[in-house]
Amino acid sequence: MFQVRFHGRGGQGVVTAAELLASAAFREDRYAQAFPSFGSERMGAPVMSFCRIDGKPIRTREPVSEPDALLIQDPTLLHQAGIVEGLRPDGYVLVNSARGVKDLGLDDFAAQHRTGRLLTVPATNLALTHLGRPLPGAPMLGGFAALTQTVSLDALLAAITERFTGKVAAGNAAAAQAAFDFVTDELEAVTHHA
Amino acid sequence: MLKQIEGSRAVAEAVAMCRPRVICAYPITPQTHIVEALGAMVKKGELNAEFLNVESEFAAMSVAIGAEAAGARAYTATASQGLLYMSEAVYNAAGLGLPVVMTVANRAIGAPINIWNDHSDAMSQRDAGWIQLYAETNQEAADLHIQAFRIAEELSNPVMVCMDGFLLTHASERVDLPEQDQVDAFLPPYVPRQVLDPDDPVSIGAMVGPEAFTEVRYLGYERMRQALELIPAVEADFGAQFGRGSGGLLKLYRTDDADLIVVALGSVLGTVKDAIDELRGDGMRVGALGITTFRPFPAQAVRDALGDDDRLRRLVVLERSLAPGSGGVVTADLRAALATGDGGPRDAIVSTVIAGLGGRPVTRDSLRRMLTSAARGALPAFSFLDLDMGLVEGELTRIRAARRSGPTAENILRDLVGRA
Repeated sequence: MFQVRFHGRGGQGVVTAAELLASAAFREDRYAQAFPSFGSERMGAPVMSFCRIDGKPIRTREPVSEPDALLIQDPTLLHQAGIVEGLRPDGYVLVNSARGVKDLGLDDFAAQHRTGRLLTVPATNLALTHLGRPLPGAPMLGGFAALTQTVSLDALLAAITERFTGKVAAGNAAAAQAAFDFVTDELEAVTHHA
Repeated sequence: MLKQIEGSRAVAEAVAMCRPRVICAYPITPQTHIVEALGAMVKKGELNAEFLNVESEFAAMSVAIGAEAAGARAYTATASQGLLYMSEAVYNAAGLGLPVVMTVANRAIGAPINIWNDHSDAMSQRDAGWIQLYAETNQEAADLHIQAFRIAEELSNPVMVCMDGFLLTHASERVDLPEQDQVDAFLPPYVPRQVLDPDDPVSIGAMVGPEAFTEVRYLGYERMRQALELIPAVEADFGAQFGRGSGGLLKLYRTDDADLIVVALGSVLGTVKDAIDELRGDGMRVGALGITTFRPFPAQAVRDALGDDDRLRRLVVLERSLAPGSGGVVTADLRAALATGDGGPRDAIVSTVIAGLGGRPVTRDSLRRMLTSAARGALPAFSFLDLDMGLVEGELTRIRAARRSGPTAENILRDLVGRA
């Protein structure tokens, strides 16, 4: 089972993002479960959502406490206590930021972490470019697909096109594609450098 | 058709395929997505029904009663305080024998105000005369609604389909939704037993005094007895029509050789099954009994399922609500079932564990610890899972120290902040 925890702020679409990931996995004939952190969500308040992906039916209903991946949609949450809590050894971390890992003050964390597992992607900028709105969900998932290869970009794009229509679908898909390419390049650079 | 879909949406689609003529609801978290989706279907013309935005839950159930009395299939949904607010009409629907179907998206009851999941709301209405079905998954939630209309209308008795708020209503998972023609073949058009008709006037809801009130109540009791036979028959029919098992009175998981069995209702059964598999790996002989039909309580089916040999030593009832001053609601029914009738494990030790109140996660780790302790004989007859005794002691100390100790909820929240 692959478990993902999304961190963001109310209004940023973390619940939609978790559902899109589940939908992409479903398209690949896998079982998926997406759910929010069940708070009384408010615009701007820290929120979480979860997604589990497995080859067999998922029965558990507990929150994801030991994620294989963290998707952090708002970098201002990075220094919130407990944000990396439970992350599995060598788990993936993708942070929405136009800055690099060093600039975010994550040097110490990166030093203890396997190369190529902690990356940033400018998801909000990509969303603004392709969608015209600062909604980082779809590009974060594009980056996630490149980083973890848990779901294919094709399945993700299909899930996006199913969920949205017209310009919103096209914009989100383009942003996801751009983020996928960005992270693919980033990974190549990191691997090459290593 | 297989879909990756939010539980609320799956239930809305299943309900729509049951062709309700009247849908009336007042929004309350975590039920809202269901009626929102149904409202959208009515507005788009996909569903031929009257959608009424009523001014309260009391009105929601009253409209459902009125619709049923006029011969229309009616549906509503609520949760928590909303269910309490409609309670008077909930009893009326059952007393009148009107087959309303209602979803309860289970949520705690205040105070303290809490929007999260437990079973306090539905349990508060357990004696209202409604049939109560509890869903383990969103697949089952969708399937139970289709069965609920059939059961309700065959018996002329209302049915409450209980699904855990947020845990199911807000979870996106795989659900196989039937085709309209399959549902039409399974659920015949509604033929009311009583109907308000100007050409053939009757009064529905006549006053009945001491001379016959007991007899009317007896007939409600009799409908529940019939339900115990009808529900498994509907389950079998559903299986034949849709090709999957769903519903029924109860379900068993790895109980064959079990000496310890967990009894539970609703979505927590999923986590319980995972915990059982892990404990089985450690050599523990543990299984689960899931109660799908809580009202009527399937006492004989429970006794039959548990068997009467000496193998079964312990039963742990995982309660998702608390009966203050008594203990656990499900435990009381289970004990009564074991103490009466034929068969059943009369010597098994029964423990009550209050778990997951107000949205506290019931984790595999906690279940494993609790069940390991039960197997050792170290679990008390009554306990709370993951109770934070430190918080409780803090407030008890304040109460002992000063008369004006202040509001408990705020005191405890301050203590929590102080810890962080």
